[in-house]
Amino acid sequence: MIHTPHNLQGIRVALTGGTSGLGLALMDELVTRGARVAFVARDQRRVAAVAAARPKVAGIVGDVSNKDDIYPLAMQISGLLGGVDVLVNNASALGPVPLALLADTECEDFETALATNLLGPFRLTRALLGSLSAAARERGGAVVLNVSSDAAIEPYPGWGAYGASKSGLRHLSRIWDKELASQRVRVLSLDPGDMDTPLHALAASGDDPTTLKRPADAAREFADAIEAALHALRDQAHLEGVRA
Amino acid sequence: MTMRAATLPVQRPHDARLLVVDRHGHIEHRPRHAFVELLRPGDCVIANDAATLPASLHGIHRRSDAVIEIRLAGRQSLDPQDVKRFKAVVFGAGDFHTPTEARAAPPRLAPGDRVSFGKLEATIVRMLDHPRFVELQFHADAARIWEMLAQQGKPVQYAHLHEALALWDVWTPIAAQPVAFEPPSAGFVLDWRSIDALQARSIPFATLTHAAGLSSTGDAVLDQRLPLDEPYRIPAATAALIAATRARQGRVVAIGTTVVRALEHAASGNGVVHAGDGVATQRIGPQTQLRAVDVIVSGTHEPDTSHYALLRAFTDTLTLQGVTDELEAHRYRTHEFGDSVWIERRACVVQGARTSPLDPRERERCPTLGIGLADSHRKDSAMPAVPSSRPHRAGPTLRKVPTVSDELTPVAPSPDKETSHDTRNHPADHPDPAADRRPAKLAV
Repeated sequence: MIHTPHNLQGIRVALTGGTSGLGLALMDELVTRGARVAFVARDQRRVAAVAAARPKVAGIVGDVSNKDDIYPLAMQISGLLGGVDVLVNNASALGPVPLALLADTECEDFETALATNLLGPFRLTRALLGSLSAAARERGGAVVLNVSSDAAIEPYPGWGAYGASKSGLRHLSRIWDKELASQRVRVLSLDPGDMDTPLHALAASGDDPTTLKRPADAAREFADAIEAALHALRDQAHLEGVRA
Repeated sequence: MTMRAATLPVQRPHDARLLVVDRHGHIEHRPRHAFVELLRPGDCVIANDAATLPASLHGIHRRSDAVIEIRLAGRQSLDPQDVKRFKAVVFGAGDFHTPTEARAAPPRLAPGDRVSFGKLEATIVRMLDHPRFVELQFHADAARIWEMLAQQGKPVQYAHLHEALALWDVWTPIAAQPVAFEPPSAGFVLDWRSIDALQARSIPFATLTHAAGLSSTGDAVLDQRLPLDEPYRIPAATAALIAATRARQGRVVAIGTTVVRALEHAASGNGVVHAGDGVATQRIGPQTQLRAVDVIVSGTHEPDTSHYALLRAFTDTLTLQGVTDELEAHRYRTHEFGDSVWIERRACVVQGARTSPLDPRERERCPTLGIGLADSHRKDSAMPAVPSSRPHRAGPTLRKVPTVSDELTPVAPSPDKETSHDTRNHPADHPDPAADRRPAKLAV
């Protein structure tokens, strides 16, 4: 696909899990295309380091699996950006490490996977829905991208906690996409494929990295998808005269 | 008897009620979820999408080493980077559990005093003509200030709520940019189902962002200065919707006093609501001629508040007294998590060819009747000025259940547009007077 260099110019993006892997690559891709990004991650030092190297990026420390963090995070995100056009729920947890059969999975590990992969995106999306829908009313559309996995569909043995939580996220995305269509907010669920990321290394340390997708390639595809969804909504809104 | 406080932070209790005051002063009781049914084709609904800052901060006044509470109360603009300077009200040690008016005073404050909030420092830049009202400057960049607010700030709250509020208690479902110092709580009436229901009825919904300020400081002198100047932003789409609503003679329904303040300020130039940023500086009260808003949906307020004064722009004192009596008699809950009122802008009726209205209530709402205006309306003097169902007595009328005949009998022609001194003056209001001869459907 051919890109003009600044086709997300002025777009305000909130992204979780931005200090490594796909999140970091996607942030760089979005910034290259002109977006302003506020990212959320748990580790204060890594947040500071990533933000320091990127002038158009704001780093926010917080844990999306923690209910009490969600509104303070939403406040900082919308406060700093002045609005939110795109939310990327990317932060993910595997559950038990190393991966375990469901029957061997501790309840606490299962809960961690659900809290990070399902409840966190639900809560943060809900807390930012005011900002997203405001952007949709003012600019014609807004997009939520939930990062999914083939484990959300295929019942891979050993991936129980992760697969069940991602499956829930995928279904949540599909329902929310229908419910929010009237608000011109699209909710996407996309599988980036097997990538050479820290999360993948935790899950399958034996895989040869050269056989895995590079995060930058997945990031380009995701940025394309965000752009396409956003522009489809906003072009349509323009045609309909929503912005009058 | 005083009004009953809502003491639980539930935004949309299932039994929430709505007291409806129509443009003739009739009062009805409705379940609050029925508010969508009060809208007519052609109307639009405008809400304030401001999210609420955790504006209460505890810090140390360095010179005295005293613990103080600072309640952020105002800033210059809505710019996300413009968070270094705030107006703030200062209290001594203590918190919301103590009624605001009983709070300890802070130590003596002076320009140059430092206040520390954990690692973050601020300086009192100047006193704002009151020993507890200051301008404060934080010494950090915007990201650090937002972080400090997120970590240390608490929502401003009052003693009628016993438990500490979290941000999710005070953010309306549509809360977007965090710029309000207290929640624009009329917006608690909204949820996504009701917004969908509006859409299903083809009632357009739009928002503006208005930095709702403190409702009380606990100090009678300071309270006199409320509301403070409040920055707002009106999106182009919202301004366009209001213009379109005007053009088709629909009503602009404002969810909350802050929406009224923003729209009326934005319309104060030529009566047209302009898009863009502004700072609402005006006070709205009985002498205000509303130019943009036709209906207000609001929480219930006690008579000594600036919120209440604003309602007097919509209807007269006697009707509002009747509202207060009804709210008390029916034990409506007050304060931010309480029940709601729907108040339509009073029809300002000029009876016959008189230059002053017969009913003293009308006189209050028609303060500037002059000869020229009376002349301009003389040709309409044959119109029945008052619907027959409206009794001539001083107090408001109470009808709990509209009768079939009320709903179906056309009380045409509607008196307020034809024979009134309408306070709005932009041309879109009156493109064709005859076009508004629709039946006055009382109370809905």
